[in-house]
Amino acid sequence: MAVIHDVMPSFGLYQPASVADALNLLDRHGRDAWILAGGLDSFDWLKDRIKRPKAVVDLSGISELQGIRESGDGLEIGAMTTLTEVVRHPAVRERYSLLLEAAEHAASPQIRNQGTIGGNVSQDTRCWYYRTGWFCYRAGGNICYADTPTAMNREHAILGADRCVAVNPSDTAPALIALDASMVVRSKSGERVVPAEEYFIGPGTDITRMTILQPGDLLTAIRIPGTWGGARFYFEKVRDRNVWDFALVSVASAMSDNGETIERVRIAVNGVAARPLRLRAVEDAVRGKARSEETAKLAGDLAIQGALPLQHNAYKVPLMRNLVKRAIRGAEGA
Amino acid sequence: MEEPIIERGTEEKRPISRRDFIKGVIAAGAVATSASYLFRSTGAMFSQSSAQGSVERLITLNVNGQIRRVDVMNQETLAMTLRYKLGLTGTKLGCDRAECGACTVLIDDVPHYSCSVLTHTVRSRKILTIEGLASPRGELHPIQQAVVDEQGFQCAFCMSGFVMAAVGFLKLNPNPTRSELAHGISGNLCRCQDYNKILTAFMRGAEYMRRA
Ligand SMILES: Cc1cc2nc3c(=O)[nH]c(=O)nc-3n(C[C@H](O)[C@H](O)[C@H](O)COP(=O)(O)OP(=O)(O)OC[C@H]3O[C@@H](n4cnc5c(N)ncnc54)[C@H](O)[C@@H]3O)c2cc1C
Ligand code: FES
Ligand code: FES
Repeated sequence: MAVIHDVMPSFGLYQPASVADALNLLDRHGRDAWILAGGLDSFDWLKDRIKRPKAVVDLSGISELQGIRESGDGLEIGAMTTLTEVVRHPAVRERYSLLLEAAEHAASPQIRNQGTIGGNVSQDTRCWYYRTGWFCYRAGGNICYADTPTAMNREHAILGADRCVAVNPSDTAPALIALDASMVVRSKSGERVVPAEEYFIGPGTDITRMTILQPGDLLTAIRIPGTWGGARFYFEKVRDRNVWDFALVSVASAMSDNGETIERVRIAVNGVAARPLRLRAVEDAVRGKARSEETAKLAGDLAIQGALPLQHNAYKVPLMRNLVKRAIRGAEGA
Repeated sequence: MEEPIIERGTEEKRPISRRDFIKGVIAAGAVATSASYLFRSTGAMFSQSSAQGSVERLITLNVNGQIRRVDVMNQETLAMTLRYKLGLTGTKLGCDRAECGACTVLIDDVPHYSCSVLTHTVRSRKILTIEGLASPRGELHPIQQAVVDEQGFQCAFCMSGFVMAAVGFLKLNPNPTRSELAHGISGNLCRCQDYNKILTAFMRGAEYMRRA
């Protein structure tokens, strides 16, 4: 756990004023660079001396990365926009309250005042074996300390584990997937726009990374299309304490229905796998069905197919099932 | 020893104009500071800058309305600078990990955990700590007065962080319900655990502020 050291080990600090300068710095320093947004994930790594970057690239002086703009029929959110700014923005409040709910449930007020949405979706896992510096798969070793007979793994994965059983901690991630957002990623070699769903990766793709970002890549913005503006939304996060704590399981859904029948739906969960999971099978199964208790039950049961709990996290299976039921039917219906 | 450095607004090869430099280039170097280093004249700083695009780590901070010159390492947090460089020990360090709120200060009126802010990122911002709340004539801020009147805290280690969080919250929400206030200051923990008294004190403080 947290040990207070006097100060962090030294590093070079770079404060570019433009994305172009930041990309040059990231290119120049490659693997030795560390992107600093709000720092609320970063500082733990640096203070605990587990990651020792040589060049910290602070994005706080880059105004192009800040703020929320209307773009087409949707919104573009700069990567350096704080979670508090997301929560307070009138368009988010009016049309994308799903994202508001998710951002509002993250961490604590002070953390939301400083933590950015770009950092929130790019943050590393909170598996404490990994975070306290154990040389596990994710750290480049060849064991998962959270998946041994005596491991403490109440917070870990029930789905999609592949050697590593860590989960993704982000609250905004499932909401962004449900809203069909896309991530704008730039590097010196150009820009690519990736669906939120594909931004996050599991251990099967690369066991040492949580997202597609490679050294040299910068997430510049998140785009939310108009498609789901004002839809029927559901967000719920279950955690041990109401402040600070990460989700044990969270669910986010966007739905359009004619009062009776589900016409379109997107649904994602987090806290159950190394990446937030979009539940495509559930979406396909409930589309065209009544928004009823029966459909909700079908959705819940389908969602947990293939779940494989560890020693201490079997509770996550019914928890996920019930949250998915609620996402279909609303809290009162499940 | 001449490790990097803060580089601002530029890539390495671009020559840095005097103006860019004035805007805020700071140097590093993990060298112990001597007084001469601290008070080196600006002329010396400029000549150094032209070589590498990098200079002193001596910066200017606006703390409690005062302009303070201070020597800051790249990796230094605001809590460290306030407590150990500027002598403002009213700001406490509880966890040093953004998990308790004891270090809360206002940066441009917004509550932040100063243990989790790099000092070099707040050079152009207004920092307010518990020491800056009372009026220059020594009158307590209404929130402080209410804490005294209600005896809001026990050991009070968490107090300065709580007070700063409450002041920041009340600036935007001057008339909260008790539960809104509780939500607003939920980023602070009290080890002595009488949250009810703390809330009572701050509700009274909010009332004092509205009357003032
Ligand atoms: C005590 C505590 C409790 C928390 N609880 C929650 C919670 O309940 N829910 C939740 O969702 N989060 C929680 N968080 C995480 C917090 O919300 C995130 O750490 C924060 O949003 C990350 O944003 P940041 O700007 O501070 O990130 P940083 O720490 O600056 O960055 C996080 C990571 O992303 C990378 N990065 C940041 N921005 C970019 C970019 N633009 N392009 C490429 N890479 C980038 C950084 O290099 C770093 O690896 C908690 C954090 C703490 C300390
Ligand atoms: S010391 Fe900063 S939050 Fe605990
Ligand atoms: S009064 Fe003792 S920690 Fe809060």
